[in-house]
Amino acid sequence: MFDDFLIRAAIAGLGVVLAAGPLGCFVVWRRMAYFGDATAHAAILGVALSLALGAPVYLGTIGVAVVMGWLVAHLAGRGEAVDTALGVLAHGALAFGLVAASLIPGLRNDLNAWLFGDILMVQHADLLWVWGGATLVLGLLIWRWQALVTATVNEELAMASGIAPGRERLILTLAMAVTVAVAIRVVGALLVSALLVIPAASARGFARSPEHMAVMATLIGAVSVAAGLGASLSADLPAGPAIIASAALIFLLALPFRRS
Amino acid sequence: MSGGPLIAAHRLTVRHAGAARAILQDVDFSIRSGEIVTVVGPNGSGKSTLVRAVLGHVALEAGEIRRQPELRIGYVPQRVHVDDRIPMTVRRFLSLPRRISDAAASAALSRTGADGLQARQITRLSGGQFQRVLLARSLLHAPQLLVLDEPTQGLDQPGIVAFYQLIEEIRQQTGAAVLMVSHDLLVVMRASDQVICLNGHVCCHGTPETVSAAPEYQALFGVDSAQTLALYRHRHDHDHDQSGLPQGDHACHLGAEHGALRHVR
Repeated sequence: MFDDFLIRAAIAGLGVVLAAGPLGCFVVWRRMAYFGDATAHAAILGVALSLALGAPVYLGTIGVAVVMGWLVAHLAGRGEAVDTALGVLAHGALAFGLVAASLIPGLRNDLNAWLFGDILMVQHADLLWVWGGATLVLGLLIWRWQALVTATVNEELAMASGIAPGRERLILTLAMAVTVAVAIRVVGALLVSALLVIPAASARGFARSPEHMAVMATLIGAVSVAAGLGASLSADLPAGPAIIASAALIFLLALPFRRS
Repeated sequence: MSGGPLIAAHRLTVRHAGAARAILQDVDFSIRSGEIVTVVGPNGSGKSTLVRAVLGHVALEAGEIRRQPELRIGYVPQRVHVDDRIPMTVRRFLSLPRRISDAAASAALSRTGADGLQARQITRLSGGQFQRVLLARSLLHAPQLLVLDEPTQGLDQPGIVAFYQLIEEIRQQTGAAVLMVSHDLLVVMRASDQVICLNGHVCCHGTPETVSAAPEYQALFGVDSAQTLALYRHRHDHDHDQSGLPQGDHACHLGAEHGALRHVR
C-alpha cells in the first residue's frame, strides 16, 4: 500500500538522522547551533552557485558549506566576537544565496524546496548521496569519537592526552558541511539546524553518557521523521516542517519526565 | 629508572607573538624522581605558562626542556569547567580518551578517596569530589610526574590541607614526582621539597626554608608572610595534631599571610 515515493522519503529521512543524531549532540554540547545555521544558510548559496556553474549540487553545497565552516572556525580562533561574526556570516550567506537564486531561472521557482525541504520528491540518486554522506559522517564520528568527546569535555585535558583540539574542531566542521548538504533535500536549509539540535536536546534529559545521548537522539530523530511523514501524508502538510514540528512536540512532551 | 632528572629546563624563554615582554625569561629548573616541586608567584608571573611548557603545549622562543624519554605525565588543569549539557558519569570520564578497565577505575578512585563515585554525573559533584576525580584520572596510566595547576582552587581551608596530604600519600605510594602551582603558600611550602618563586624569571628557588628567608621572596610576598611561615614551621615541629589542620592563633597569621599576598597582586 505504501507508494515508492514514501518509501524513498523514509529511507532518505532515516539516512539523515543517522548523521544528525550524533552530530547534533556535539552541536548541543559545544553550543554550535548558530554555527549550524551559518553552514546551512551558506548551503543555499552553494546550491545557487552549483546551478549557475552547472556543477553537481551536492558537491557544490558541501564545498560552500566547508568554506563557511572554515571561515567561522577561523574567526572564532582569532578571538572575534563569535556571536557577531556568526550573525554576519549566517545571514549574509543566506541573503547572498537568495539574491543569487533569484537570478537563476531554474532555482527561482524551486526555492521553497531548498529552503524547507522536499523529501517527497527524493529520487534514487538522492538516496545514494544521502546515505553516502550520512555513512561518511557517522564513520568519521565513530572513528574520532573518544578524541572528539575528550576535546569537548575539556581542551586542556585533551591536549595533555596528545589530542589536537583544532583538528577535532575541523572534523566537526567537515561533518557539519556534509550533513547540511545531505539534509537540505529532506528538511531544507532553514530547518537543518533544528534537526540537529531538537532531538539531541530531547535526549539530554534522559541520557547518562555521551553515547547514550547520541543513540537516543538518533532514535528520536527517526521517530520524528516517521511522524512528520505520516502527518504530511494524512493531513497534506509540508513534510520538512512537519518533521521538525514532530521533533519539537516530542521535546515538549518529554519535558516533564526529564531525569536531569 | 635512570638517576638523571625527569625533566630539566634550561634558559626557558616564552613570549606571546609580538609582545615586548617575555612571559618567561631564562628559566632554569629540574625535577627529580619522587620530588615535590612547587611554583609560587603573583598572578601574571608565568606560572601557568611554565606548566604549559612542561606539558609541551607552548612554543619556546629560546632555551630547551629535556624530558626523560617516554616520560609519562599525569595532569590536572586549573579550573576544569565541564558544561552540564554533556552527560558524563565519573566512570565514563575516566575512560577519556583511553578506555580503562573497571578495576583500574576503582583502584584510581580509591587511591584519591573518591570511592563509589563511579555512577555519579561529574557536573553534580562537589568541588572537592571533582578534584579527587581529576586527580584519579591523572593517576591512571602510572605517571612518573604529576602536574597540578592550582589544584586547590575553590576548596575550603580544611579541604586544601587534606588535598596536600593526599598528594604526599600518592607520592609515597607511587613514587611519582609532583610539579604544582599554588597560591596556598603556607600549606604548600610545608609539603614541598623544592620551591620555585617565579615572577617572569626565577626570583629564587630551593628548599622552603631557603626560599622563605630569601629577600626576593620577601619582596614579592611580604616579610610578614615569610615570618608566618617560619612560625608555622616551628609550631608544626611541636604539634602532631592528626588532622594536620592549622590550630589556635595560627589562623590569624594565615589570614595575614593571604592579605599580604593580595596586597602584592
